[in-house]
Amino acid sequence: MADEDEIILADLSDDELVLQMHDDLYDGLKEEIEEAVNLLIARGWTPYDVLTKALVAGMTIVGADFRDGILFVPEVLLAANAMKAGMFILKPLLVETGAPRMGKMVIGTVKGDIHDIGKNLVAMMMEGAGFEVLDLGINNSVEKYLDALEREQPDILGMSALLTTTMPYMKVVIDTMKEKGMRED
Amino acid sequence: MDDLTLTETGLDPAQTGRILLVACGALAHEILELKAANGWSHLDLQCLPAKLHLWPEKIIPAVEAAVETARADYETIFVVYADCGTGGLLQTACDRLGVEMVEGPHCYAFFQGNADFAARTETEFTAFYLTDFLVRQFDAFVWKPMGLDRHPELRDMYFGNYTKLVYQAQVNDPALDAKAEDCARRLGLAYERRFTGYGDLATTLQGVAAR
Repeated sequence: MADEDEIILADLSDDELVLQMHDDLYDGLKEEIEEAVNLLIARGWTPYDVLTKALVAGMTIVGADFRDGILFVPEVLLAANAMKAGMFILKPLLVETGAPRMGKMVIGTVKGDIHDIGKNLVAMMMEGAGFEVLDLGINNSVEKYLDALEREQPDILGMSALLTTTMPYMKVVIDTMKEKGMRED
Repeated sequence: MDDLTLTETGLDPAQTGRILLVACGALAHEILELKAANGWSHLDLQCLPAKLHLWPEKIIPAVEAAVETARADYETIFVVYADCGTGGLLQTACDRLGVEMVEGPHCYAFFQGNADFAARTETEFTAFYLTDFLVRQFDAFVWKPMGLDRHPELRDMYFGNYTKLVYQAQVNDPALDAKAEDCARRLGLAYERRFTGYGDLATTLQGVAAR
């Protein structure tokens, strides 16, 4: 039996539902986000509006509170998981409906580093902002980055590292790009 | 001296000795053991709260304050921290203060020996390391700060790319071995025990004590 205080998402107006989605993202409630995304689509919202007005706007609140020390990494990860679930529904619909594309990004964690939480968050938010993102994963050598750059011709290259011992590898990649005359492409 | 105190508040100096070691609370047991074993009564020890490691940016002002406060009372001050995630900024601060610090990126590098640790980088970058202190304080330093006590489903987001947990044993203690193996099980990682002793910490402090 449903709790008396339980919010029935389908009963909310569009404006109320969007605000509720912001709350649910904040609380990392994946199933609720999936349900709400489907509801808005069923009500005739464009996938792009669902993405930007509900999901990205909600994650912006999460990001600000993380920056301000109100939320911490575990809560941000739960919120990200909820957003990812919503994005999973929207992604094919965004392609079908010709949502605006801002550009292309290649992203990956540098050689010798396996940490990808930050990278995954950035990739997700860039997708939310309308970029096509090619994620190279972890432990990427300079050769892997350069291959992807030549193949994909992105507008942005993103490199990630957590360890202070692996961060300097970003400079190796940048210096190699300069040597090959690719830095200003 | 219990681990909770070392984690939360650290250890005040005894105000004896002409050389002060300003150290991480996670190293207190090992440094006091080395002091006792070598009769280094001229070394005094002050430990900063080990929990500073959860926010590396807080290590630098804490070390600066400790050095400035104690400077007039000791002939020499030596900082027993490695880089510890400060991205070279702790070394910069120590240079500015005119004090030396331990070489290496982390305690698990200097316990193993910085050269040996660096040599293994290519093959061991998927290893998650625990020292004696971190095994004892696993919940306080790993499980709870990462929210795994509340959200165990996040485990694979944090540790999915790791392949094994390496327990670097400073001492031989079957109870710690068993706890370390349990930590590996909780993280879903293969387990390897590696006895390191005190590694470069011992040789570094030997050099400091000889001054």
